[in-house]
Amino acid sequence: MTAYIIRRLLYAIPILIGVNLITFVLFFVVNSPDDMARMQLGDKRVTETAIESWKQAHGYAKPLLYNPEAAGIGRLTETIFFEKSIRLFIFDFGSSDTGRDIGHDIAQRMWPSLAIAVPVLLVGLAFNISYALLIVFFRATYIDFASVVLLVAMMSVSGLFYIIGGQFLLSKLFHLVPISGYDTGLQAWKFLILPVIIGVISGIGAGTRWYRTLFLEEISRDYVRTARAKGLSESRVLFGHVLKNALIPILTGVVVVLPLLFMGSLISESFFGIPGLGSYTIDAINSQDFAIVRAMVFLGAVLYIVGLILTDLSYTFVDPRVRLA
Amino acid sequence: MQRMIRWVLLSGLLVWLMAGCGEGVWNNPYPPEDATANTFYSSFAARPKHLDPARAYSSDEYGFIAQIYEPPLQYHFLFQPYRLVPLTAGVLPTPIYRDADGQQLPPDAQPETIDRSEYLIRIMPGIRYQPHPALALDDQGAYRYHALTAADLRGINRLADFTQTGTRELIADDYVYQIKRLAAPWAHSPIAGVMKKQIIGFAALAEALDADGEMTPAERVERLRTAVLEGVTLIDRYTYRISIQGKYPQFLYWLAMPFFAPLPWEAEYFYAQPGLRERNITLDWYPLGTGPFMLGENNPNLRMVLDRNPNFRGESYPDEGMPEDLVSGLLADAGQPMPFLDRAVYSLEKESIPRWNKFIQGYYDNSGIASDAFDQAVRIDARGEPVLTEDLSARGVALSTSIEPSVMYMGFNMLDPVVGGDSERARLLRRAISIAVDFEEFISIFANGRGLPAQGPIPPGIFGNREGENGINPYVYEWEGVQAVRRDLGEARELMEQAGYAGGRDPATGRALAIHYEAVATGPDDRARLAWIRKQFAKLGIDLIIRSTDYNRFQEKMRNGTGQVFMWGWNADYPDPENFLFLLYGPNGKVEHQGENAANYANPEFDRLFNRMRFMDDGPERQAVIDRMLEIARADAPWLWGFNPMSFTLHHQWLTNARPNQMANNTLKYRRIDTVQRQRMRLAWNTPVVWPLWIMGGLMLLVILPALWLMRRRERSTAL
Repeated sequence: MTAYIIRRLLYAIPILIGVNLITFVLFFVVNSPDDMARMQLGDKRVTETAIESWKQAHGYAKPLLYNPEAAGIGRLTETIFFEKSIRLFIFDFGSSDTGRDIGHDIAQRMWPSLAIAVPVLLVGLAFNISYALLIVFFRATYIDFASVVLLVAMMSVSGLFYIIGGQFLLSKLFHLVPISGYDTGLQAWKFLILPVIIGVISGIGAGTRWYRTLFLEEISRDYVRTARAKGLSESRVLFGHVLKNALIPILTGVVVVLPLLFMGSLISESFFGIPGLGSYTIDAINSQDFAIVRAMVFLGAVLYIVGLILTDLSYTFVDPRVRLA
Repeated sequence: MQRMIRWVLLSGLLVWLMAGCGEGVWNNPYPPEDATANTFYSSFAARPKHLDPARAYSSDEYGFIAQIYEPPLQYHFLFQPYRLVPLTAGVLPTPIYRDADGQQLPPDAQPETIDRSEYLIRIMPGIRYQPHPALALDDQGAYRYHALTAADLRGINRLADFTQTGTRELIADDYVYQIKRLAAPWAHSPIAGVMKKQIIGFAALAEALDADGEMTPAERVERLRTAVLEGVTLIDRYTYRISIQGKYPQFLYWLAMPFFAPLPWEAEYFYAQPGLRERNITLDWYPLGTGPFMLGENNPNLRMVLDRNPNFRGESYPDEGMPEDLVSGLLADAGQPMPFLDRAVYSLEKESIPRWNKFIQGYYDNSGIASDAFDQAVRIDARGEPVLTEDLSARGVALSTSIEPSVMYMGFNMLDPVVGGDSERARLLRRAISIAVDFEEFISIFANGRGLPAQGPIPPGIFGNREGENGINPYVYEWEGVQAVRRDLGEARELMEQAGYAGGRDPATGRALAIHYEAVATGPDDRARLAWIRKQFAKLGIDLIIRSTDYNRFQEKMRNGTGQVFMWGWNADYPDPENFLFLLYGPNGKVEHQGENAANYANPEFDRLFNRMRFMDDGPERQAVIDRMLEIARADAPWLWGFNPMSFTLHHQWLTNARPNQMANNTLKYRRIDTVQRQRMRLAWNTPVVWPLWIMGGLMLLVILPALWLMRRRERSTAL
């Protein structure tokens, strides 16, 4: 298994280089280093000298990808791409274009993101699985039909609608929770109730339908028939056997998103004023801060790869038949 | 089944407990213990990028640092038009003019005879800095935190983690040091380019510092301390002199901006130490000033907190103002020591919906009005005046309106062969378009009526702007009774005909005249605006081709002069006509000189008059020169003068001295809060509505119990 993990990690290197290159190209197609300097220095009274000085100080004075004036390997290494990318591979994210340490910011801002993402995941998982099992119990009845219609309707509604509707009902109309904001420590709970409720509700449609499909597939298998033949109750069959066997796709689906929980939610964090990594990324894009955009895309890619490796590993734990080689 | 019923009952009990817990409000975003604290609550939408006074230049940043840093001068809070008064300076400095031989000239000397102007600034003694670790001393009198080691920094993550703080008296050398910082290439000050042309020796110092090569941050501090800036001289502990090239009366306004606030070298030296930058403890993040407030918490992703500076000297509330201020109660606090607040908490609100709702709930003391909330806040009465809606009036909310010292204009690129140039054809074409584009309608549709159609580049409230019939642009408006009325479209069509574009046809092609409009379109809302602009040009038969792009490309087109028609704006640095008329000054052209004259307009007479006007003091003579300049510009029509935006701000009844001042940024010290009234109103407005929880609980029971019953029945049923 160790060899497998090492091999997968080595595979990750060209992927990360590719992701970094694509991010770089996409960013600089839209923003030139001059644009970045103007964004940082402001609109008014900016001189070419000031722009050159800013580029020099922030490492954007060199050519983007190829330096014809350099010699040998320097043609590739004395470029913005190389100099800005190489340190990422040792997880040194460097400073943002405004001068802040990105690693420090990420370490601070991942906690608010997790504070929402973890409860949404856990509560959502529990609710969606329970509801899906209930639907499966009543399969091919009006309850099943009505539930599927409801779930499709919930899937069709924009996430933004849930947020605005939730804020309007619970905060503005009923005054039950603060409409937005965040605090640290125990004070945070009252700010988390609304985004967590909305996060769970907005995920019910897709989540429950997915689990329903998994359970329906399982329920037609031979072992279920055997269990019923033994005289087990339907609830025992569902919770004791079907759920256990459907855990493989559920677990793998959950494990792959676990690392990405750190990355936060772009829209929720913005609407609820949560200072997480989602709003960090959005702010960086808006302010053309390439250093942060590059770091967050790189981090996202790394976490996704880690998620996939963990998924593969989790197969071996939930299904002894699987061997990684 | 029984277990499930128990669970449902338990949930009901929890809801009941929640309903009964506490008598306060549930949606309060602040800690309950702060309910009656003397704290001002507001919000901000865009996080400040820089808090270093050498770099900060936007209103997002000035909103904070202007409460912390104190330049020598400030704007009077109440006087209109805007007036400079001393802040840390004892008196308003009067320039001394000298000729090339160093001989003093009389105050009314001709500008061309003046070689340099000297401003002698004497600051008040006894002003002290806020408590700060950079100024902390040990028992031997040495700086406690100026030689930090890795061991010292263990456990330090914020500035507040340093246990000791110190202070010292403000001295003139701190001002001198800061001006030298503006010249330092590593400070990236946006005004370095301007000051190179103004302050004597500034350019030489910048070049010398640039030539020094790589230095450590600590070496840079030492280098700046010993550097000589010819035009800025330390006279004594409390006095310094700034010498500028020639005559530049507007320089005094710069002295009211945070760029010229003092900075103790100790601050920069402290922050230059290794290990602090990695912890994001920098001068750009933790300011050090002498103002009424100091930054207690800097978390621009969540909130910014300003605490009262315990070392503040105690400035008094102004005892003079406009006649109407006496009636409106703005002079009720005359002579009282400021600040009145202990704390100010600004929360980040990126979205307008939560921001507006928190204001309505009483959790923000003041607010602007977002477009989508405008109808909830303001209606236009029978006289065409904006008034509050009944709902807000009932809540005791007050509306303040003021004209911003800004202009939003539509410019023609004067280098363009079709719309630009000095030919009569192009001039008539521009005038025709000026009549056709109905900015009154634009203001009504796209700005909710928050603006005044501009008659020229100078906004109302700035010297040079004339009210009434004498102030209108006669090429676009005519005076009817008591107001300016836009000229008839027929006149515009006649002008088109005279220009050779009868019916909007281009004689060269025989088709509709095609003009390109450079637009910055960022979202779906822009489509309506662009469609409206096309419609305005279509009134004359002109085919307006929209070239949408992002702001970067738009700026690039402006710099290269490849655009034809565009829309842009300018927000005043200072309330002087020079700061607007320079937008049309030839040597300030964007393409040729990288200046702010985006239309690249150049008229020799206008430029000559500008060079005269800029050195003149306000008075009838200057007004006459400005009148002539406006006449030239209106006749040439390089801009459609657009409109001057109006600022609408709301504040609750418990916030007083809240009048907006568009030039002064340090107005937090004037604000006063009636915390008892605020808390009373918050409780009244935010009583939790619990019945929906019961209904939700009931509905859940209605769904769950039958489901459980069905499950049970199904399990017990037999196959046959």
